[in-house]
Amino acid sequence: MSKVDLAQFHKAFHEESLDGLDAMEQALLALDEGADDPELINVVFRAAHSIKGGAATFGFTDVAAFTHVAENLMEEVRSGRRPMEKAVVELLLRSGDTVRDMLALSMAGKSAATADSQVLLAELSAMVSGGTAAAPAAAKVAAPAEAIEGWDIAFRPFDYLLKTGNDPARMFRELGALGPLRVECDAGKLPALADMDASSSYLGWTLHLDAGAKRAAVEGVFDWVDGDCDLSLTPRVAAPVPVAAAPTAPSAPRAVRDVTANSESSSVRVGIEKIDTLINLVGELVITQSMLSQFHDGVDASQLEMLRHGLAQLSRHTRELQESVMSIRMLPISTVFNRFPRLVRDLAQKLDKKVVLDLRGETTELDKTVLEKIGDPLVHLVRNAIDHGLEGPARRLAAGKSDTGTLRMEAFHRGGSIVVEVADDGAGLNRDAIVAKAVQRGIITSGDGMSDEAVAELIFEAGFSTAAATTDLSGRGVGMDVVRRNVMDLGGTVGIRSTQGSGTTFTITLPLTLAIIDGLTAAVGEETYIVPLVSIVESVQVKPDAIRSVAGGGELFRFRDHWLPIVRLFDVFGCDGRRLAIDEGIVIVVEGEGTRIGLFVDELIGQQQAVVKSLEANYRRVAGISGATILADGSVALIADVTGLVRMQGRKKAA
Amino acid sequence: MNEQASTASAASDEAAQYLTVNLGNEEYGVDILAVREIRGWTPVTRIPQAPSYVLGVLNLRGAIVPVLDLRLRFGLAREEYTATTVCVIVMVAGRQFGVVVDAVSDVVDVAPGAVRPVPDMGTTVDTEYLKGLTSVGERMVLLLDVDRLLQPQDAQMLEAALASPEVKAVA
Repeated sequence: MSKVDLAQFHKAFHEESLDGLDAMEQALLALDEGADDPELINVVFRAAHSIKGGAATFGFTDVAAFTHVAENLMEEVRSGRRPMEKAVVELLLRSGDTVRDMLALSMAGKSAATADSQVLLAELSAMVSGGTAAAPAAAKVAAPAEAIEGWDIAFRPFDYLLKTGNDPARMFRELGALGPLRVECDAGKLPALADMDASSSYLGWTLHLDAGAKRAAVEGVFDWVDGDCDLSLTPRVAAPVPVAAAPTAPSAPRAVRDVTANSESSSVRVGIEKIDTLINLVGELVITQSMLSQFHDGVDASQLEMLRHGLAQLSRHTRELQESVMSIRMLPISTVFNRFPRLVRDLAQKLDKKVVLDLRGETTELDKTVLEKIGDPLVHLVRNAIDHGLEGPARRLAAGKSDTGTLRMEAFHRGGSIVVEVADDGAGLNRDAIVAKAVQRGIITSGDGMSDEAVAELIFEAGFSTAAATTDLSGRGVGMDVVRRNVMDLGGTVGIRSTQGSGTTFTITLPLTLAIIDGLTAAVGEETYIVPLVSIVESVQVKPDAIRSVAGGGELFRFRDHWLPIVRLFDVFGCDGRRLAIDEGIVIVVEGEGTRIGLFVDELIGQQQAVVKSLEANYRRVAGISGATILADGSVALIADVTGLVRMQGRKKAA
Repeated sequence: MNEQASTASAASDEAAQYLTVNLGNEEYGVDILAVREIRGWTPVTRIPQAPSYVLGVLNLRGAIVPVLDLRLRFGLAREEYTATTVCVIVMVAGRQFGVVVDAVSDVVDVAPGAVRPVPDMGTTVDTEYLKGLTSVGERMVLLLDVDRLLQPQDAQMLEAALASPEVKAVA
């Protein structure tokens, strides 16, 4: 018989382990803040325990060995032999990072034991085997294991225990393996036979283990029913060793436990391909519906009303279906926010600053694609806020503020968009320094008459990068252009508000979903292109005498107070443009990355919602095109990439 | 593992099936396992900056699929699209694309032993797109290497030419 191929479970193990590590990190951070909840300690312990178990099963021995030691350390904390102190949290946080790396290496089929992990393993082992704070803690709470003669265990499962797949008999057998076991059964709660539900558990037991087993070994037996039963462990001690009152394992199900149980059952892991297919199909349905809706005229009048009614229904259903399907890929922003407590803690520690992180609107849902891409820009903003925005405690006190800075991250809906704000109550942007820098860089000639907003905008200029960090100005320029570009790539915008002395707020506005955009359909020669509505400023008809040609063949036209370059789409896309005279077509003024250009097209056809399809999936990226969509007649139209066109224009100018 | 390997080799001993298509008076074979469907010719949407043999993209039940013309790919002149002109949708390495040919004709079984190397002459086609040739009765069938039709090196060259420094930096 062939062996079961364990490799098929590796991915699941990896994902679950990462989830476990996330939960562990959150619990550790809460403990670090001084939260005193035994359940948090249990969460950390359980995470380490399951990763160890999984790693051993799948043959990742390095990971198993490492987590084993971490688990032992947690065990000491859990059993009360060691207080949960800063050093322990610190070490366990670093262990979590290491396990993450080790898991990645293991999944890549490499040896997971690295120099880093060896060093950390040594530290962990040193701490476990009686280092630092172990001794006093041990004396305070529990008797040394050697003195224990046996255990009295009161075990009463809650009635649903059997449904969790646990079998008391198996647990007793396991206990029996530790030494001679006497079992008393309490059948007092057993109902009359007629009232009995065979899948409920009515029995309670008192077990006497006549062997000096370690607490960990005894507790280990009950690991899986932790929280599903009343359990108390009382060591029987031989000599007059001081005994603490029986430290009990959880004696009642706690609210925290219930919460975790609920959140586990309310979410499902779904393969993204499946969802993509579904979205495709629904998008198709939308198109069919709009196709049908064009039939109105050709139908016999008597049936028309019915058809119209049916279509109205179809359209309502389609939209609902589409919304619900799209909601599948919406995830709460907490999945991104969760990484920040750790980041903020580490950064604040490194920079000797006091920072409180205030997370709000964590349940706000974003498209998964957006979530994946928004993380890096947010990290950038947070890092900048702590590094340059927030002052150290001394400077804050001197400025009359509390010594602890506040960093607020908030997500909320506004109109059809989602807004993510990163706000600090630090020093704010230094207007003079920014202006000086911008003048030096040749971006502006002088700051006179510029509004504060316009000055703040300057930090997004590419030229502002890196060198700005060395000056005394808030240094927000480090890579800010990258942040803006990443947000732009998601179809969003970044705004900035700053008051000198009292803080800076970055506002990222993102479209609700990437899958559907509102667009303006434009004809260019024989072809049809879609221009996203969000980037359109205005459409204007330009008179030939409003055009100025520039050396090198460029054309500029006057739009309000500015001269904007004209980009003839038929040139860029190489189609047969019919209208060459500027007053026969129309100019769409669009804005990308803060720059405006005029796109010259033959005519505007109309406005429509477009289901965005990828061109790269089967073909490749095309300059100036961000994707494709399917029109009501089933044909394909390409969507213009305004940001790309602006950049192309900029390059042409530079060349 | 061993079992799998042996079934795989057993399969390769068996005859592979090829869909034969016509291009002028030549006959080409496309591995039938790569063929997803055969559709009549419908107009496509042109893509900017595409090589001449890429006619454009079409809507295949919601997916945007590029279509290339096999005649143009092989440097032949494109004749009028007729009633028999078809578009064969193939899937290679998870990507779908359409290949426009003059007509489809047949499905033939080709035993591995019956595949001969392509001599360096006698075809209008660059031999790098061919896996070999075989004879079916009196007919000669050139077996296409579909993987190479949307050639990666081509695509890379094009991308390198188009890619701006910024685009690279983002990627």
